[in-house]
Amino acid sequence: MRFYEYEARRIVELAGIPVTKYGFCTSAEQARAAAEEIGGPVVVKSQVLSGGRMKAGGVKFADTPEEAAAHAEAILQLEINDQMPRGVLVDPKAEVKQEYYASVVWDGTAKRPLMLFSDMGGIDIEEVAETHPDHVGRGHLTNLFPIPDFEAKQTIAATGVSGSQLNRATPILARLARLFREYDMTLAEINPLAELTDGSFVALDAHMEMENEAVGRQKQLLRTQLEIAEEDTRETYEPSDFERHVAAIDAADHRGVIQGKDHGFTGNLGLVIGAGGGSLTLTDAVRSQGGKPANYSEIGGNPSVAKACGLAKEVLEKDGVEKIAVMMSIVSNTRVDIVARGVIKACLELGKDPGETIAIFRIPGAWEDEGFKILERYGVEYCDRSVSLWEAAGRAVAKVQGAAG
Amino acid sequence: MSVLLNKGTTFIVQGITGREAVNLTRECLDYGSKVVGGVTPGRKGREVHGVPVFDTVAQAVENHGGPIDGSVVTVPPAFTKDAVFEAILNGIKLIVIVTERIPRGDVAQMVELADMEGARIIGPNCLGLIVPGVCKMGGIGGPAKDAAKSYAPGPVGVMSRSGGMTTEISSSLTQAGLGVSTAVSIGGDAIIGSTYAELMPYFEADEQTEAIVIYTEPGGRMEAQLSQWVADNNSRLPIVAFMAGKFMDDEEMKGMSFGHAGTIVEGVEDTATEKIARLEAAGIRVVERIDQIPDTVKEKIGADA
Repeated sequence: MRFYEYEARRIVELAGIPVTKYGFCTSAEQARAAAEEIGGPVVVKSQVLSGGRMKAGGVKFADTPEEAAAHAEAILQLEINDQMPRGVLVDPKAEVKQEYYASVVWDGTAKRPLMLFSDMGGIDIEEVAETHPDHVGRGHLTNLFPIPDFEAKQTIAATGVSGSQLNRATPILARLARLFREYDMTLAEINPLAELTDGSFVALDAHMEMENEAVGRQKQLLRTQLEIAEEDTRETYEPSDFERHVAAIDAADHRGVIQGKDHGFTGNLGLVIGAGGGSLTLTDAVRSQGGKPANYSEIGGNPSVAKACGLAKEVLEKDGVEKIAVMMSIVSNTRVDIVARGVIKACLELGKDPGETIAIFRIPGAWEDEGFKILERYGVEYCDRSVSLWEAAGRAVAKVQGAAG
Repeated sequence: MSVLLNKGTTFIVQGITGREAVNLTRECLDYGSKVVGGVTPGRKGREVHGVPVFDTVAQAVENHGGPIDGSVVTVPPAFTKDAVFEAILNGIKLIVIVTERIPRGDVAQMVELADMEGARIIGPNCLGLIVPGVCKMGGIGGPAKDAAKSYAPGPVGVMSRSGGMTTEISSSLTQAGLGVSTAVSIGGDAIIGSTYAELMPYFEADEQTEAIVIYTEPGGRMEAQLSQWVADNNSRLPIVAFMAGKFMDDEEMKGMSFGHAGTIVEGVEDTATEKIARLEAAGIRVVERIDQIPDTVKEKIGADA
């Protein structure tokens, strides 16, 4: 789950990291009031879940409250990478002496969080790591024990930072590390972390991402402190009708799991496939053999006839779908006969001939004899494990292309 | 010989009274595995297919009268960390975590404790492991008669980020007359207890294993770690890899997750294209098609013999 900048600022603030006196505003009037309260030059920043705000004109400087209001007015109506802003952030224009970078990410290989610090802030850290590796400090963290300040100190000192800068930055990086763990973040980044002309340190911009699996146990932060609504899931794109319908069918019945995605898919061959790895393998196999999938899907965990039927119907009703391919890797939990029943039912209910509509049925495994009997009765071409996933996908592609030609 | 399991391996099932756990207990017993107890808090005194149920792991160990080798953990995500800690701190050394959707921070804590206590975790979000004809620990391969059909004993070690594909690939090796030494469903999450590289030394030490097949996906650095391991260790085992999810490299799929939680591309290094290049640079043969695996393994074993 991604956060807007104003939320990320609030999160670091809650962790005891100093921030500037910023205001989150949803109208020009609020922006004027915020600028008045700050008193002095401000920066008005668009609140979108997207990078490249500066380039897109979503960040503007203002010397007076009137100017701030005018910028807010314009930015609030400015779409950036297909997103309308949630609001604007009005921030005092900071007198920066030096910019630093601080972040915590997962190191999946070490299976520990990794702190990163650089005295070259404000720019892309990957670039710094490449061009000035001696300016990037790294430190792994324990998952089990309290995070000590000295680990942060070591990471910062590795970049050559010393003196009062080291002593001021240390608690900030340590607190960032603690909040990363406490709030189940997958990314906690302050860039730039600014040293102001008076020597104090503030987080000028922050970027946070929380693991989706942890959203359920972070209600206190999400709902109470940040007041984020439950339905505000921050997906990277709006779900399509197909995706919403499949999710609704899945939610209506606890038996088994079905999933469907069609973002980026526009073909004529509907895929009723599973499970996780099988679906990835089959989607590739269809595409590599010249096929055009209409969607991606997953079946698993032994769904009911109604669920399998529901998924097949949604796929069949997508624009441009001519045939469906029903394919899975060998199943041991999901029952072949139940999926067979479901997909045949879907065809019949839509007034289609299963034998014509189902290009191929390749699901070997539990209850396959029963399943194959049913398929035979309706004239559906099926195969067992002696036909590979590759070959099954190829047969489906040939059929749908033969029909189209 | 075998990897991690043998004929005498004893294990418990934590969360044994759940629907899925009842099934996998049946399957494991039928396959000949020694399931010596189950744990579900508040259900002490019950039985699941003749296996006694306890409130705590300590009770199960006491009832067994000695150390228990392993545990299959199938409790809901919010309780998994506690269950795994309980297993590790009661002396269990091999833990298979079936549960999916566990936050990464919890998994990392379990792994850190396991490392401290000399325990090994397989999973989470996996189906367990099987030594054909000897023992199966977890739902891998399904009911005993289905597992027997897909898994014949043989010279190929299998490791897979997908549980279903572990069986699909093993079945193709069995059909081709090769068979499997040990197959491990390592789990589909971003952080898992045992990666390919971490399991390689076990296969390396197993006389029965003559080649390795891995099933991989986009996302994460596990393949890079394996490539590094191969470069650093003069392994006797040829490795054949299959990469699924190549379609995820398309521009419009960026930032989307498919299949498993770990299958999300977060940087250039975890794309399918990049991983294939890295594996091949390490001398690992990456086959284009899933059905090319058995013949490629035969070629490799033949060439090495």
